[in-house]
Amino acid sequence: MGHGGGGALSAELVQHIFAPAFGGEVLAQLGDAATVSLGGARLAFSTDSFVVRPLFFPGGSIGDLAVNGTVNDLAMSGARAAYLSCGFILEEGVEMAVLARVAEALGAAARTAGVEVATGDTKVVEAGHGDGIYINTAGIGLIPAGVDLRPQRVVPGDVVIVSGPIGVHGVAIMSVREGLEFGTGIESDCAALGGLVDTMLAVTPDLHVLRDPTRGGLAAALNEIAAASGTGVVLQERSIPVPPAVANACAILGLDPMYVANEGKLVAFVPREHAEAVLAAMRSHPLGAEACVIGEAVSEHPGMVVARTGLGGTRVVDLPIGEQLPRIC
Amino acid sequence: MQNSEPPVRRRIRVTGVVQGVGFRPFVYKLALTHELTGWVLNDPEGVLIEVTGRAGALRRFGAELTTGAPPQARVDEVLVTELPGLDPQADGFTIRESTHEGRRVTVVPPDAHVCADCLAELRDPADRRYRYPFINCTNCGPRYSIVRQLPYDRAQTTMAAFTMCGPCGREYRDPLDRRYHAQPNACPACGPRLLLADPDGGRWDGEDALAGAARALAAGRIVAVKSVGGFHLAVDARNPEAVARLRARKRRDSKPFAVLARDLATVAGFADFDPAEAELLESSARPIVLVRKRAGGLPETVAPRNPNLGVMLPSAPQHHLLVDREDLDALVMTSGNVSGYPIAYRNEDALAQLFGIADLILFNDREIETRVDDSLVRYSAHPELDRPVVSFLRRARGYAPYPVEVGVELAPLVAYGAELKTTVALAGGTRVYLSQHIGDLKNDETFESHRETARHLAALHELTPRHAAVDLHPQFRATRFALAEQGGAFGRVLQVQHHHAHMASCMAENRLTGRTLGVVFDGAGYGVDGTTWGGEFLLGTYREVRRAAHLRPVPLLGGDRAVKEPVRTGFALALDALDGDTAAVVAAFPVLELLDEQQRHVFGAMARRGINAPLASSMGRLFDGVAALLGVTTHAEYEAQGPIELEGLLGRDLAMSAPAERYRFGCEDTAEVPEIDPRPVVRAVAADLAAGVDTATVARRFHSAVVDMVVDRCRAIAAAEGGTRQVVLSGGVFLNEFLLVNCLVELGRAGFDAYCHRQVPTNDGGIALGQVMVADAMLADPRTEGPGR
Ligand SMILES: [Fe+3]
Ligand SMILES: [Mg+2]
Ligand SMILES: [Zn+2]
Ligand SMILES: [Zn+2]
Repeated sequence: MGHGGGGALSAELVQHIFAPAFGGEVLAQLGDAATVSLGGARLAFSTDSFVVRPLFFPGGSIGDLAVNGTVNDLAMSGARAAYLSCGFILEEGVEMAVLARVAEALGAAARTAGVEVATGDTKVVEAGHGDGIYINTAGIGLIPAGVDLRPQRVVPGDVVIVSGPIGVHGVAIMSVREGLEFGTGIESDCAALGGLVDTMLAVTPDLHVLRDPTRGGLAAALNEIAAASGTGVVLQERSIPVPPAVANACAILGLDPMYVANEGKLVAFVPREHAEAVLAAMRSHPLGAEACVIGEAVSEHPGMVVARTGLGGTRVVDLPIGEQLPRIC
Repeated sequence: MQNSEPPVRRRIRVTGVVQGVGFRPFVYKLALTHELTGWVLNDPEGVLIEVTGRAGALRRFGAELTTGAPPQARVDEVLVTELPGLDPQADGFTIRESTHEGRRVTVVPPDAHVCADCLAELRDPADRRYRYPFINCTNCGPRYSIVRQLPYDRAQTTMAAFTMCGPCGREYRDPLDRRYHAQPNACPACGPRLLLADPDGGRWDGEDALAGAARALAAGRIVAVKSVGGFHLAVDARNPEAVARLRARKRRDSKPFAVLARDLATVAGFADFDPAEAELLESSARPIVLVRKRAGGLPETVAPRNPNLGVMLPSAPQHHLLVDREDLDALVMTSGNVSGYPIAYRNEDALAQLFGIADLILFNDREIETRVDDSLVRYSAHPELDRPVVSFLRRARGYAPYPVEVGVELAPLVAYGAELKTTVALAGGTRVYLSQHIGDLKNDETFESHRETARHLAALHELTPRHAAVDLHPQFRATRFALAEQGGAFGRVLQVQHHHAHMASCMAENRLTGRTLGVVFDGAGYGVDGTTWGGEFLLGTYREVRRAAHLRPVPLLGGDRAVKEPVRTGFALALDALDGDTAAVVAAFPVLELLDEQQRHVFGAMARRGINAPLASSMGRLFDGVAALLGVTTHAEYEAQGPIELEGLLGRDLAMSAPAERYRFGCEDTAEVPEIDPRPVVRAVAADLAAGVDTATVARRFHSAVVDMVVDRCRAIAAAEGGTRQVVLSGGVFLNEFLLVNCLVELGRAGFDAYCHRQVPTNDGGIALGQVMVADAMLADPRTEGPGR
């Protein structure tokens, strides 16, 4: 089943299987992190599972991903992650040395992100029932007063900003996993974005929505926002930053960088009047040094993402549905 | 009525294309000639006539209704009813007001070329329409492109914006005038005018506009020209620098351009054509006809690496005026669009978009309601064919929206076609109204005009489709759109497998029923097993088919990227045929040296491990791969460039290779569905290249092998299945003339009844017709899931 692709199929599972089965108002928000109220405080609460292969890759490991994935989901609600839980599912026979390296990486990533691993769990499954190591993390953090990040707040005219070059993580993983020789220069961008988000919120708490374009890439993130906000999105294809090494690898593989996963990038919809200041603040932060404007929200074609191509044409940036199937007859 | 024989009274119903084509004045004059009394009127079903007179005169009148009909009319049926007694009011013959009630089945006429009478007036200095670029009459001029609604009256066309002057109004009201009820009737005093714009805001009109445009063209500049159905980009076809400039600005290096020529004599200077092709060129539809290029005629860059030249004669008065000049007799006319956009047809779009390419824009203030591209046809003859084949490569201006009569009553359906080269189809009674070519739906503007065309066609013919038919491909935009509307706008949405639709389309236009063998070769279509198909032998009916054989799949390295870079498919085919050794592959096919180390390594890994490399059993890709391995087309700039340039090596010579020289496909007959194996063919190509055989010979041997394979496979399937003799050929690969004609001939020799497309394109432009047929059969079958019809 191709339901892990981060596209339409996983959205379908959530909508048709999980949401009706679980019920509840919070889940119905269907964001990456839930916003809950507890004792008068507004908290962001999120969980994610990590099944990446290989466990170590240029620029990171499953340990880094397990921390940063959840920290970033919280950050996209504007929350600074405070505590993490961490569950390991180990396949019988996994080497202790490997596990130790993963744990070490996880701890280091948590320190860098400024989050504490407060609780955990370990289960072992029979050999052949897992892929070495699976990790699940959950995290919780406080949402600052005045911050309300939701796609529903997007209005036509909002400026779309991406925090840096896209496609690096996905290509790095594929390159090592499949033994493809794309050479050096492609390392995962895996990073915790809490600090960058703080910098942006310091300019104005009035950002409209943030998203980390992980599975399904920029295309999936923008389509989700367009669908949930009921506005259209127009991108200038030429302003989307793609490193040459990623562009080359994508060209050979026949992939569109917009659909390739990222782990240390965010995309922001910012009210037009704050866009310039927010962009400047992002560029002052190491994780946003190459931030740039890639497009805007528009009232035309609600729910749809469209890219203006270099030649003046337009193309629709679809929601990825599993594998891209050939369609040229 | 001095004769003693008692007069007879009859009612005559005429259906077909009989409105907007001068049919009523024709009837009026015919009635006067035969001294009949009565009346004629247009109603929603066509033309209704009541006549009283002597039996002999009535007989002659009835016969001449068909034989003497005006040039643009197409009479489908003449129904005669005897009426009792005499109409007491019968006194002379009159044209009555149109009635608008009843079921609307009248056909909108396609756009037609300016007629000989109008052309003579255009060139007559004494005529009040001398050199008037919008001259027309009931026998000619724009129709489908300007109609907003039926019935076809001036107020319902884009000519509503122009009020006729006195003389024009008199012509319009006089039943004996050639312009009686000619809805677009106009003259320099009251009608549309020509306008010319430069990018700096300069504007000219009328004769100045025309002269300015013509002078610029003669000087080698690029002029965007508003034609009947949209904008063209024009340059002097005899000026290689001008052609090069157009290629540079359109970013088109290879795609052949069409040429507009003054007349047949001009065409004869740079191309060879048969009388039948001349007839097509001069027909009122004025399509682009693929004729044989003559060396040394026009610059090679007009249609590089192609034995054909797409030629058309002027289709609008202004085209005549542009090329009736001493310094200009042939223009390259290519589609007036920015890459990725559909052809511009609104003035504001053209003025906003086309100045990046054009130096000047020649347009006018008559709006185009419906964008209609040029039609593109090819005429093929063979001594063993009982009749020549006219193939539509694109069906649009001059033909759309003329329906296809399928001979069976259909459910109320709309079909949305596939994704590229789309058309839409609407079922009405026993007819399928097929739209003009619309284009690639990945473009937003095109998708919008696609749905708009469906609405417009339905409104024109007063059809209310209840259900929709779409492709099975889950990612096609039209499929997703229709599924989202299911239960609302559409009762049911029926997804039709792509190649089944191709096959049904060919069956429908040939009015075939019963068990049929479909040989369907194209680029790609979504198969019922979720893989990509395209080299298919299907056996079945409109309701259902099963795969009886298919081509061995090859990986498309990088998905659709492989289509743009046929060298990828060449590499994959060679790896498959030569057992996966990269070094051996490059040694066998020196063209693969153009892939660098990294590409060879990654492509090899993609093929072996299935990384973004979906498998496709596609005949189009096999042609791609062979074209690449021969070094003919490694990278494609336009769709099907590889197959087109590979066929181009044959120079339109349809002779098969000698039997001993032909390559042979293998076949895995023990498989559940026999798999046709191209690997022996690829190895034979490698051997011929190593032996120094020239590429044209290799191309002919390859084409001949495909023909043999088709015939062998049809024989094997017929033998195994108890003698199905009815074979249809469909899919875009059958645009290949060598393959089409030789398959028809060889299947005929083998005792099959082989059919091909003649009314609709064999490529995805014909898919919508097949979708209607299959969806209709599904609706009629209680086994089909879903709520009842
Ligand atoms: Fe097709
Ligand atoms: Mg996540
Ligand atoms: Zn005329
Ligand atoms: Zn007039």
